[in-house]
Amino acid sequence: MSHPAVRPTSVSKPSADAAIGLPTVEVKGFHRRFGDVVVLQDLDLRIEQGEFVALLGRSGSGKTTLLRTLAGLDSAEGQSVRTPSARAVVFQEPRLLPWKSVWRNVTLGLAGGDPRARAEAALGEVGLDHRANVWPRTLSGGEAQRVALARALVREPRLLLLDEPFASLDALTRIRMHDLVLSLWRRHAPAVLIVTHDVDEAITLADRVLVLDGGRIAAEERIDLPRPREVGAGFQAIRRRLLGALGVEHAAPGEPRAAAPPPLVPFPVREVQA
Amino acid sequence: MTLVDAIRFPGTYSGVRWSRFGRRWVSPLLLLALWELGGRTGVIPARVLAAPSAVAATFWGMVASGELPSNLGVSFLRVAAGLAIGVAIGTALALTAGLSRLGEDAIDPPVQMLRTLPVLALSPLFIVWFGIDETPKIALIALAVTFPIYLNLFSGIRSVDPKLIEAARSFGVRGFDLIRQVILPGALPSFLLGLRFALAVAVLVLVVAEQINAQAGLGYLINNARDFLRTDIIVVCLVIYALLGLGADGLVRAIERRALAWRPSFLKA
Repeated sequence: MSHPAVRPTSVSKPSADAAIGLPTVEVKGFHRRFGDVVVLQDLDLRIEQGEFVALLGRSGSGKTTLLRTLAGLDSAEGQSVRTPSARAVVFQEPRLLPWKSVWRNVTLGLAGGDPRARAEAALGEVGLDHRANVWPRTLSGGEAQRVALARALVREPRLLLLDEPFASLDALTRIRMHDLVLSLWRRHAPAVLIVTHDVDEAITLADRVLVLDGGRIAAEERIDLPRPREVGAGFQAIRRRLLGALGVEHAAPGEPRAAAPPPLVPFPVREVQA
Repeated sequence: MTLVDAIRFPGTYSGVRWSRFGRRWVSPLLLLALWELGGRTGVIPARVLAAPSAVAATFWGMVASGELPSNLGVSFLRVAAGLAIGVAIGTALALTAGLSRLGEDAIDPPVQMLRTLPVLALSPLFIVWFGIDETPKIALIALAVTFPIYLNLFSGIRSVDPKLIEAARSFGVRGFDLIRQVILPGALPSFLLGLRFALAVAVLVLVVAEQINAQAGLGYLINNARDFLRTDIIVVCLVIYALLGLGADGLVRAIERRALAWRPSFLKA
């Protein structure tokens, strides 16, 4: 965790933090409780500039709570949480205002400049500049989520927060969205935190995968596989370790579980998470 | 032909195909013809119910003499004034109660208590307070209109998806901008529904309010006609009341088509 992933960034904006190499996100000893339930406790998190981090965890493990704190949606008063002010969230649902056209949704809350041109540029990056004038309700699920991505990108965030953004998309659309997110990340070089419960998605996208359990980071896996990542031996080894950290025992193909007798019908192994 | 067949093959009767639209006109026209026949043969005397042809003739006569347009104008102004006042008050109350907890605690309890009163039962009190000229009539309409506007707009404001509000906040939309860009557009469908109820109730209250010692207006025409057993004039006025209600509904539909163009039901059209 001490050394950041080295990744050449084509676009990097000069800033004071960049000059002295401060991490984009720094959280120390964070705790959060709802009533008597402790959700997060004594949690440390560091995300380097331009780093792509995936956060895995079971439901109720506090993934979304942590993301909301980093997004500034939940108060972190009196705690050691450092985030850039230029940050943007893509939620699980697109959350577009249905009464504003697509391009006005993209520039929601932006002041100054030429909002229309900025919206069209951002929409162009997600391949939707031809849909700038339509109502959001006419978009498909994948298109709406791309608009949500454009709405986040147009703010040129230093921290992009993705809260299970592809969970409700079909498998094919999800693969396309993975490619899109990676290409946008390469071009704009924000630090990214994606919250997901999909282990394969985490391994496909991230420089570093964190497993949240018991209110803190319980496991960490650095992914050094070259992108684009195919499911191979290295991928499966990482997947097995992560699933183990999540408390799921999972047999690799052709490798029956040690304790159980081999099943008569080969157990279907997920190659692509559906 | 069984009932199931009728459901499965709408538009067919024993092999005969009718256009659905044309078929639905048959029974009303038949009733009208029977009514006319009853009038002509004297089965229905004119002092019970004037025949359609007599009603139509009376209508043209009243239009030509200017009697109908001038009285309709008076009634129309009453509804318009009552609506304007009621919609303004209802909107102001709903915004205050919808956008702040303090406003809700102050405004909602009395409004909820008052709305259980049948507005028309207040007319004696309104006559004592406001006399018998235009004021009590307009006040009754305004009061009746206030409640549907308040109730629908208030619930509309409160049922705006909190996830949309949160997302807008996360993109820096706050305060007045949040109200203008997110909360009010989100509450607009409920407001327009309330407006539709308001227009219907406004016409209803107009009918009763105009019976209060009116010197002009549709209600005055009806009262006069009653004294002279002129059922033809009464029917003309009833038809006008119906057209007023229909026109009001059409007005809100037109507003909805423009203001709610983003809704899926309008997107298909």
